[in-house]
Amino acid sequence: MNIPDDLYYTENHEWGKVEDGDLRVGITDYAQEELGDIVFVDLLPEGTAVSRGDSVGTVESVKAVSEVYAPVDGEITEVNPALEDAPELVNQDPYGKAWMVVIRMTDPSAARSLMDSRAYEEYVKAEAK
Amino acid sequence: MSYVPHSEDDLRRMASAAGLTDPEDVFSPIPRAVRHRGPLSVGGPLDEETLRRLFRVSPSRAVFAGGGVYRHHIPALVDALSSRQEFSTAYTPYQPEISQGTLQALFEYQSMMAALTGMEVSNASLYDGATALAEGALMALRGKGIERVLVTRATHPAYRKVLETYLSRAGDAVVEEVPFCRDTGRVDLGALASAVGSDAAFFIQNPNYFGVLEPMEEVAAAVSGTAGFWGIVVAEALSLGLFRPPGSFGPDVVVGEAQSFGNHANAGGPLLGFFCTRREHARRMPGRLVGLTKDSSGRTAFCLTLSTREQHIRREKATSNICSNEGLCTLRAALYLSALGPKGLRSAALQCAAGAGELTSLLRDRGIFPLFSGPCFHEIALPLKEGKRQALLAEGIVPGIPLVRDYPELGEAVVTAVTEMNTKEECRWLAGMM
Amino acid sequence: MAGRDDVAGFPLIREPLLKDVGAPGRNRRVLPAPFDVPQAVDLPGIAVLPDIPDVSEVETVRHFTRLSDLNYGVDNGMYPLGSCTMKYNPKMAEAMAEALKPVHPGDEAAMGSVLGLLFLLQQHLGEICGMDACSLWPAAGAHGELTGMMVIRRAVDAGGSGRRKVLIPDTAHGTNPASCAVAGFVTENIPSGSSGFLTAQTVEEHLDGDVAALMITNPNTLGIFEEEISEIARLLHENGSYLYMDGANLNAILGVARPGDMGVDCMHVNLHKTFATPHGGGGPGGGPVLVKEGLAPYLPLPRIVNDGHGGFALDREGPESIGMVHSCLGNVAISIRALAYILSIGPSGLRETAKAACLNANYLRSRLAGLYDLPYPTPTLHEFVLSDRAFKGTGVSTMDVAKALMDFSFHPPTVYFPLVVGGALMIEPTETEPIEELDRFALAMEDIARRARENPEELHGAPVTTPVGRVDEVLAARSLILTWP
Repeated sequence: MNIPDDLYYTENHEWGKVEDGDLRVGITDYAQEELGDIVFVDLLPEGTAVSRGDSVGTVESVKAVSEVYAPVDGEITEVNPALEDAPELVNQDPYGKAWMVVIRMTDPSAARSLMDSRAYEEYVKAEAK
Repeated sequence: MSYVPHSEDDLRRMASAAGLTDPEDVFSPIPRAVRHRGPLSVGGPLDEETLRRLFRVSPSRAVFAGGGVYRHHIPALVDALSSRQEFSTAYTPYQPEISQGTLQALFEYQSMMAALTGMEVSNASLYDGATALAEGALMALRGKGIERVLVTRATHPAYRKVLETYLSRAGDAVVEEVPFCRDTGRVDLGALASAVGSDAAFFIQNPNYFGVLEPMEEVAAAVSGTAGFWGIVVAEALSLGLFRPPGSFGPDVVVGEAQSFGNHANAGGPLLGFFCTRREHARRMPGRLVGLTKDSSGRTAFCLTLSTREQHIRREKATSNICSNEGLCTLRAALYLSALGPKGLRSAALQCAAGAGELTSLLRDRGIFPLFSGPCFHEIALPLKEGKRQALLAEGIVPGIPLVRDYPELGEAVVTAVTEMNTKEECRWLAGMM
Repeated sequence: MAGRDDVAGFPLIREPLLKDVGAPGRNRRVLPAPFDVPQAVDLPGIAVLPDIPDVSEVETVRHFTRLSDLNYGVDNGMYPLGSCTMKYNPKMAEAMAEALKPVHPGDEAAMGSVLGLLFLLQQHLGEICGMDACSLWPAAGAHGELTGMMVIRRAVDAGGSGRRKVLIPDTAHGTNPASCAVAGFVTENIPSGSSGFLTAQTVEEHLDGDVAALMITNPNTLGIFEEEISEIARLLHENGSYLYMDGANLNAILGVARPGDMGVDCMHVNLHKTFATPHGGGGPGGGPVLVKEGLAPYLPLPRIVNDGHGGFALDREGPESIGMVHSCLGNVAISIRALAYILSIGPSGLRETAKAACLNANYLRSRLAGLYDLPYPTPTLHEFVLSDRAFKGTGVSTMDVAKALMDFSFHPPTVYFPLVVGGALMIEPTETEPIEELDRFALAMEDIARRARENPEELHGAPVTTPVGRVDEVLAARSLILTWP
């Protein structure tokens, strides 16, 4: 399982990458593996204000729908247009091409309250049991 | 009598294999306090011949009733093939490897309905035209900014009532009626123009409940880009064999009733609700969908798809609570359309229109005129005193569906349907007695 | 596409799409033409010919016959779908429904007889369920649930309490929360106990002034009778809440116990599951709603009433009613089949049906419990749930077991439901399986269990004898081809 060191993580298996005051968000390798083949990604539009824990969209496999939650408070400033036609990117490149949204953080330090890669690895191990 | 295939000995043998002393012990998990004592007070057991006598029903001699359920000629092959047990006793095709027959037939139904309505997508059926309208309105209300539902008063009264039932439970949406012109029977375009808005979903039945053809080009011009969402309701699917596909007017949905396609009147049910929409709305639509795909060795195959919209996955967030729909009725529709073909469908529709024309001219000769001047497909609204209607019924002639309960403003009147199942003689008979 | 597949394949010919059968001018059907159609029809908006296939009669018949050969029906063999209940559909009932075919619902004289039969069915369902009033109009189980919850919503609103919460156990059907949502309720999941049934204590913990109802399935989807149901009903009623019962599993208790006697206020029945009407590959179904007297005024319109002359008529007025839920009278031809079924077997037959259904399930359970994981050892009635836990580490899942059963000419059981059991296999043989068929099923399950341990790879490839192999649902969802080109 791939858990890059330079990212932050949530209990709902989102990852976040700090880029100045923005947080680029996607779902983790573990999450895509659990969901199976992704067939559709539906995301909120740019300009939507979100609070931590709000849904920013849904990811669908054939048999399940899973919410993607905002890891921090802020406003969605970018939505990945590639996922509309190529949802399989979530399976192929969850940390790269399959980023989902960029959130401009209300509090630029908010990401620091999320899990780091080591904490997330422990968390996933515990959940898998 | 029962359909249990066991002898008493089998029952004992099975009980003992399951570790029970007596077959009755199988009910031991049910607390004594809630057990029912004594036999149920229900009839039977009855033999087949006695049942046949009990279930006998004799239709009247000449029937001119329509109003959303139509008697049309159904080629014998429709009954013969739809009663094959492989179709009729199968379950919902959740296991595609052993359900390709149902799935392909549904896919063909979806394809033909999409072609006939002029829309891009059709689902695999809803209960009936009324619930199809209600689901259409619910879908509209899930869209952004839609708060009102406008429906023409000349839309089937029962459809409007079912719509009210569904919407009154679903939140604060208001249902408003758009009136019809008393002389033409067509929608009042002025009233429509002032009622419509981006916060409204608008639905219009065509041909309407009086059989009158609505001025669809004017309607489309009035609502396209103005209404937040709009839909066309088709209660008589056979009209799709004659007129411009409703989808060509640009609505968001075309919903309605396809019982006319190969399904008997059956005392009012089962009916066949259909739901067609544009591709952009596919993920928001209710009901099952069949998609084309491949199997593990690359052969063409079919399966249910977009299931994530449905109740068994999305539960309380599903696009509808519908599960079982009208599967076998869609198969019958596919059989019927295949049996009639393009020319047959056209000819059946033309016969109906010609029959209505014939009856209208017979009545005109007797000084009886339709209530409305608008052009009709195969139903006509006619004045008819209740006493006269009762006299006709007593003679075995059903002159139509009474209008007074739903349209008191029209006085004592009926909507009379003529189809290819009626004859010239029946028309003369009806006209002579009206 | 060239090669052997196109020309051979007895008995299964690869059947093309209907649009690729036939050609312009093939359809030579003679249709009724009682009227003279004018040369130029004077109607607005006439279109070109509709765009549907032009096929000869024999091509239509062969096409659909060949499609039927790709299906599996109840007459082919066992269909052990837990809670979906696929039992034999008597041919007799088909014959009884014939009489309805030509009857138009506007034909008042003929409808008098039909309404009489429907009235009789309402009475019989009331007696079987121990309920006071019935409406036959819902066209399927989920429609019945929705209607029932609308009835409760109307009662709650009429009482002025404005309650909006419905409690649903974690073993519930997916339609339950969906129906509640359409009826304007919010749902709250509550856990069933470790023994597989809901305890009165759990219910009590979740009760508050906003609870309008609890929705329960009894016996539940684990096949277990809700033994604390009477106490649960008492607690609900004390709290001013209603008890709704999903009648999906009524077939297990016919003539033995009646929901009305357990304190149920409102319920629906699935006609195909309990009264053997054919499922039709996904309907038409029938989902009559039954209520206790206090809820009767809220039932949908119209109502069947005595017309005062020994006949029956429809009463369309009822200010307290939820209104209409169907444009006509629901799936009348299905209701009629259900009545024919009840009358053909009578009271003793109904009870015998429940007994044989439960015995068949218990017999099969005793044969399979050692081979597969049985997560709930609690005694069960008409169905039981196994899991794929015993195969952990082999890579064999419930899906593999289900697909492998097809190669033995069985329809798979319900899979991955109820959600409280991971990898669930929910087996309901029904009362109409002879003992030899049950034995054959047990042998197939034994063989699959053995192969799961010895040769798991082989099971991933199943089924191999069906018209198509495993179907790619991911491709279907990604490409979304919903009509022919």
